[in-house]
Amino acid sequence: MERPMIASRKLGSPVKDGIAFFKESGYLSLTVGGAVFAAIVVTAAAARLLFPGDPTDMVTTPLLWPGQSGLFPLGTTSLGQDVAAGLVWGARASLQVGILAAAVGLLLGLVAGTLAGYCGGWIDAVLVRVIALFQTMPPFLLVVVIVAIDEPTLRTISLAIGLAGWPTVARLVRAQVRSLRQAEFVLAARCQGYGTTRIVLGEILPNALPPVIATVSVLVANAILMEAGLSFLDMGDPNIVSWGSMIGAARDTLRIDWYLAVLPGLAIALTVLSLNLVSDGLTEVLSPRRRAAP
Amino acid sequence: MIKDHVMKRAGPWLRVVAGSASFALPTILGIVILNFLFLQLLPGDAVDVLAMRSGSATVESISALRVQTGLDQPLSGQLAAYLSRLAHFDLGVSTQYHLPVADIIAARLPDTLLLVGGALGLAVVLGLLLGSVMASLAGRWIDRMLSGLLMLIYSTPGFWIGLMMILLFSVKLGLFPSAGSATIGTRLSGLAALYDKAAHLIMPMTALSLFYTAVYARLVRATMIDVLRQDFILAARAKGLHPVTLIRRHAIRNALIPVVTVAGIHLGNLLGGAVVVETVFGWPGMGRLAFDALLSRDFPVLLGVLLLSSILVVAVNALADVLLGWLDPRILTE
Repeated sequence: MERPMIASRKLGSPVKDGIAFFKESGYLSLTVGGAVFAAIVVTAAAARLLFPGDPTDMVTTPLLWPGQSGLFPLGTTSLGQDVAAGLVWGARASLQVGILAAAVGLLLGLVAGTLAGYCGGWIDAVLVRVIALFQTMPPFLLVVVIVAIDEPTLRTISLAIGLAGWPTVARLVRAQVRSLRQAEFVLAARCQGYGTTRIVLGEILPNALPPVIATVSVLVANAILMEAGLSFLDMGDPNIVSWGSMIGAARDTLRIDWYLAVLPGLAIALTVLSLNLVSDGLTEVLSPRRRAAP
Repeated sequence: MIKDHVMKRAGPWLRVVAGSASFALPTILGIVILNFLFLQLLPGDAVDVLAMRSGSATVESISALRVQTGLDQPLSGQLAAYLSRLAHFDLGVSTQYHLPVADIIAARLPDTLLLVGGALGLAVVLGLLLGSVMASLAGRWIDRMLSGLLMLIYSTPGFWIGLMMILLFSVKLGLFPSAGSATIGTRLSGLAALYDKAAHLIMPMTALSLFYTAVYARLVRATMIDVLRQDFILAARAKGLHPVTLIRRHAIRNALIPVVTVAGIHLGNLLGGAVVVETVFGWPGMGRLAFDALLSRDFPVLLGVLLLSSILVVAVNALADVLLGWLDPRILTE
């Protein structure tokens, strides 16, 4: 089918055409989202250089408003902690949980989805039931219970969020693998006498991955949102500053010192937005319709 | 003869319902057992919490409490006892409040259904509306602006939006109450009570639904752009149908299909996400009940809420299956 956006493009200068193509093809959101996310990652990585002290330490007068003091441009909390330091160190916590949880969810989802999709039969039937089981439980409650079972450390939280997120990946991978299992190039590979492992890893998975890749950044984004909710409820790692816990602590002074709740919320929104932009861009760039187009 | 005919007509529907049910029952049983075993992994039990709170517990009183609550029994015995009680529709007694779990949950159920059901309904309706507008104006500035706005909402935690709403609408403007599900200390009835409830409901419901509104609007937009390119739409347009009628009569059914499919799954996410929103707004729902039960190791209540949540999710998914069959009769013949 003809893509209307390309069809509607008027013949013009090559520069304008180039810009239009850049905007329509998904590369724009990919670039912008990627750049913002990279900037956040760099800031988080440099936390020790930027704010060497412990962000939970009291450093000055409590409840300075942003701009009130040159030394603390984003103000201080009711405990006299530097908000800017909290935001930068919070980025570390959010990114760690987001990436680790996405890795856990991706790994579990890939293994389960590939097994179910390729093997079929009773393995598929059992895995589909397990996926349905996990999707029937409210994921946030599941995460809260798992975190309560173990200590609320970043590792446990990531693991719990990953466990809640794998069914989405598994369903997607299963559907992809199922549709590719009888594809001609797979049959050809089978005729060549390739082993199952080689067919799955070398032939099926590379072709099944494009939609999964776009899901990865959504997984990270959702994990960051979930971690924020968790630490907002005081279920986060008590030794670590996170954006959610900053918002949670700001609830008590919301009526007057609302900047304490606004700033970390904006940080979450910016990070998650950048990841969603990357995902949207990747979906567009990796879509088969685009690859088929000349 | 007539009966045969009816059976034939009803056949596909019965198959859908029977299919959902045969899938649902083992799922629910699996969830009960899984949840039960899961909670055993938690450090400490209800007796520990009660002993800690009373502050004057002795070894004797603790072991007496364990016998009384059945927590001294081996795990398999506890599970068997729980399942046999469930089979008699008995959810047990809360270790914290000493009230039947069924009563505690029943007291919270209407407010939960109002909040979660309202949020899901609002998200579907608003999502359809926004998605249709965006699809029919695809590429224009309204579409671009709405897309950007929805992307932003899609990226923002709902509980934070809730806090911002409290700040704007309760603190600054004084429009809506910031907490609770009804004004305390008043005995309202009739319209006044309804109005009071709505004023309390509107902010938590919106905060909970905005994320899903964005999801559905994006989904509807994408589906409808594809639908609007098809031949039957061209034919409808050629016979001179008004664009709004075109969407309402011909396109919306198709665009609803992916929304209904995911909305069933989303109910679980909404029930879980309600924990945080209920905390922000002090809404007395099941999410908060489950969270408090977890903190005080009140397993009968927690298990009851988890069980009821799963039943709700399974029921809504079955409903979604039926709805899908109505939206796209081809599904029934498969």
